[in-house]
Amino acid sequence: MIYKETGQYNSNYRSDHAIFPLMQDKIAFSLLMLVAFLFVPFVVDSYWEKAILVPFLIYSMAAIGLNILTGYCGQVSLGTGGFMAVGAFSTYKLMTTYPDLNIMIIVIISGFISALVGILFGLPSLRIKGFYLAVATLASQFFLVWLFNKVPWFYNYSDTGQITVSERTMFGVPVTGAAAPPYATYLFCLVLVVVFGFAAKNMIRSKIGRSWMAIRDMDIAAEIIGVPPLKTKLTAFAISSFYIGISGSLYFAVYLGALEVTESFDIMAISFPVLFMIIIGGLGSMLGSFLGAAFIVLLPIVLKNFMVDLVGLSAVTAKHFEITIWGLLMVVFLIVEPHGLARLWSIAKEKLRRWPFPY
Amino acid sequence: MSVELLNFIETVLNGLMSGIMYSLVALGFVLIFKASGVFNFAQGVFALFAALTLVGFQTGQVPFSHLINELFGTKLHHWYPEIHSFLAIIFTIITMIVLAWIIERLVLKHLVNQEPIILFMATIGLAFVLEGIGDLMWGSDVKVLDVGIPSGGSEWLENATIGLAAEGSEYYGMYIDVLNVWATVIAVILVTALALFSQYTKTGRALRAVADDHQAALSVGISLRTIWVFVWAMSGFIAMVAGIMWGTESGVQFSLSLIALKALPVLILGGFTSIPGAIIGGLLIGVGEKLAEIYIGGLFDIGAIENWFAYFMALVFLLFRPQGLFGEKIIERV
Amino acid sequence: MSLSKIKNIPFGKNIIELKNISLSFGGVKALTEVSFEVKRGEVFAIIGPNGAGKSSMLNVINGFYKPTSGKINFAGQERLQMEPEFAAKSGIARTFQNIALFKGMSTLDNLMTGRLLKQKQNLFMQALYIGPAEKEETFHREKVERVIDFLDLQSIRRTPVGSLPYGLQKRVELGRALAMEPEILLLDEPMAGMNVEEKQDMSRFVLTANHELKTTIVLIEHDMSVVMDISDRIVVLDYGKKIGSGKPEEIRINKAVIDAYLGVSND
Repeated sequence: MIYKETGQYNSNYRSDHAIFPLMQDKIAFSLLMLVAFLFVPFVVDSYWEKAILVPFLIYSMAAIGLNILTGYCGQVSLGTGGFMAVGAFSTYKLMTTYPDLNIMIIVIISGFISALVGILFGLPSLRIKGFYLAVATLASQFFLVWLFNKVPWFYNYSDTGQITVSERTMFGVPVTGAAAPPYATYLFCLVLVVVFGFAAKNMIRSKIGRSWMAIRDMDIAAEIIGVPPLKTKLTAFAISSFYIGISGSLYFAVYLGALEVTESFDIMAISFPVLFMIIIGGLGSMLGSFLGAAFIVLLPIVLKNFMVDLVGLSAVTAKHFEITIWGLLMVVFLIVEPHGLARLWSIAKEKLRRWPFPY
Repeated sequence: MSVELLNFIETVLNGLMSGIMYSLVALGFVLIFKASGVFNFAQGVFALFAALTLVGFQTGQVPFSHLINELFGTKLHHWYPEIHSFLAIIFTIITMIVLAWIIERLVLKHLVNQEPIILFMATIGLAFVLEGIGDLMWGSDVKVLDVGIPSGGSEWLENATIGLAAEGSEYYGMYIDVLNVWATVIAVILVTALALFSQYTKTGRALRAVADDHQAALSVGISLRTIWVFVWAMSGFIAMVAGIMWGTESGVQFSLSLIALKALPVLILGGFTSIPGAIIGGLLIGVGEKLAEIYIGGLFDIGAIENWFAYFMALVFLLFRPQGLFGEKIIERV
Repeated sequence: MSLSKIKNIPFGKNIIELKNISLSFGGVKALTEVSFEVKRGEVFAIIGPNGAGKSSMLNVINGFYKPTSGKINFAGQERLQMEPEFAAKSGIARTFQNIALFKGMSTLDNLMTGRLLKQKQNLFMQALYIGPAEKEETFHREKVERVIDFLDLQSIRRTPVGSLPYGLQKRVELGRALAMEPEILLLDEPMAGMNVEEKQDMSRFVLTANHELKTTIVLIEHDMSVVMDISDRIVVLDYGKKIGSGKPEEIRINKAVIDAYLGVSND
């Protein structure tokens, strides 16, 4: 009975519909935010920043984006890598064309550009559904990567085809480029993830979120109660691509600093791992997006520590194990708990609520 | 004949031949989809796994040798010198059958009645597992695959066509890889055999019954699980053939598994459930792709549009005919 | 065309007139020259054996199927076909023979989808969820809670509907339709597969909606005792053709109807 809601009454619909209706959740979340904003920035070092925190935040952003499209609206997409590339290359072009523009604005504009591209590639969803659409999203993946690889304008005619970030500051502190201190890149990503995380949650608990889920669960019935299918699907494509575009922008500008499109935004490098995140984390769950991202960042580190440092395998063999384990987890989760870690978490909460009684 | 026309014919011929390979891979997808309702994304990795296994058996590699060596400090690599490729193919077929059985046991059995999209994502997981295990078993280095299929340009065709061009024009004859001709012959034989099999045998009939209606098939005493193992083994076999062809051409390596992705537009075009659709769709895509590469890709001077052109072809086609080449018009019911 | 236009039609006057509606799917005739009219405020039943074309008729009314020929006069305006979105906006709600709920969503969310057309806040405000957006959510939540009270759904408010028993799912589906505050309610076999008590409950809900909310009801039902009890007028279909219509007491003695139900050959 540690985690109990007895005695907490929501006396109006407003508080009943809040993001965290329970006091315990509210307190836990506030504590988490306090630690994230007021404690972590002072202790974060470059290892934690580069290996764990920044990739976690960036993947969370991408996972929220894909979860909106796939988890909430039910449209499976394998084109995440392509849309992240749009974000990254928009950022690069904007940075080089408008050197004075604030980096935060550049990142958000990149999101909007990705959203437009997302709408374009979402158009086939009007006519085709299910697997056919999943395959069609592969077209966007291949086309976009090809475009950024083959059209030199996108990488400013550099010989290597690489794009490289230059230094940009927020409040006088560099957040991109080699000189950016760990706390600055971390906070920059954190602010974006928190703001847009709340925005996503709000959309999901509003009209648009219910329209998405209605289309997901039964598109015909949704149409008959007045949900316009095309508009709803395209909104999902646009917003999903917006989030994915921002994550691509951060991936390039804040995290990698320099990249080459075929290597960094390959289907195996991005599209499948992000899909993996939302399956493991939980399809159609905000919390799941974060859990999945954390999982995918931590799993290789844990495995590497275990297999390379402890058992003494070579890095290559450990990598093969990692791929196998990913696949196994994906299958096992789909069989045992299709709703992912998020559902396991809510089951755990339920258990805590009843503890020490079995039921 | 003008040189342009001859070049065009050469392109179409090459397109048809690469197209038949797409058809073959697409058939693997269609078979599984019809019988078990699963869009098997792991089909490409099947091909890679089969090719890896084939090379492994042929050269006598010890499975998991890297892993064992790293764990125990041993120096295992081969346990017998090279064996005949025919024997290695037989062993590989057995492996693919066992694999099908394991997949049915461990994955499919637990996922019946799940939504198709969940099944689809499970096969993505399966692809990861097979890829990882394939690498763990046989190592991830690029391997040479040679089962005795000849390859290289056909001199005969070159000599036969060199005289066709108009007098005085610069023309050196058509170039066609013999390997492709072999691949075409084998693919045609396989496709015909499959069609005959499903039409005229008892198992084939059961297969079609299952494809039509799972529950009805169950009610007349057809074992769904046996059929599933059967079709998964069958598409494992098809994957092996594709793996041999492509592996011979460009070596056995990870990129082999991505080739199956290129067969996916064939599925959009031909429909997930139609065998003739897979065949015609494959040919159309093969030809369209080669023509586009030369006539459109050449126009913009950027090239490599092969990667996505097939998808665009399929999508544009779908806009006008959402049910695909041979699909029936879908009447939605509520 | 708006809701207000329908609201102006006096009770007892025709709200929908179907004229010679035919519908075929690639050669298979589902409906042949069917005509009838529904009056505002009545409980109107469509009956007939399986495969008579009853569900197709409802699908024509709310625009999911486009008739091959014939005309639909809806609230005084003649048209060749309806559109699902237009129908929903004009106050036509419906339930389905094979329950068409959103299985992954809770009862509450399913009912809230019934309010989607009435929610006007734009995407940006929804993402911010402040001021008017929050107010709007709360306003519609109150409306939905009234439907929840009416149908006794309080205890399953947060339960995903996919895990509810059949009878309750039917009730939730009615709830979603009622949450739309419809002028016309199309019910496709609302009592199929229910036991006597559940049927009584359902009849009570339908009649209350009709009496107190003044909703026009078009209903398909196989249970004759229920149909005869609650409907004002009835039309009978067989093999896609209309074979009779009238008040329950007229239908009861209609020769063609009795033959169709008892399987007596007409030729």
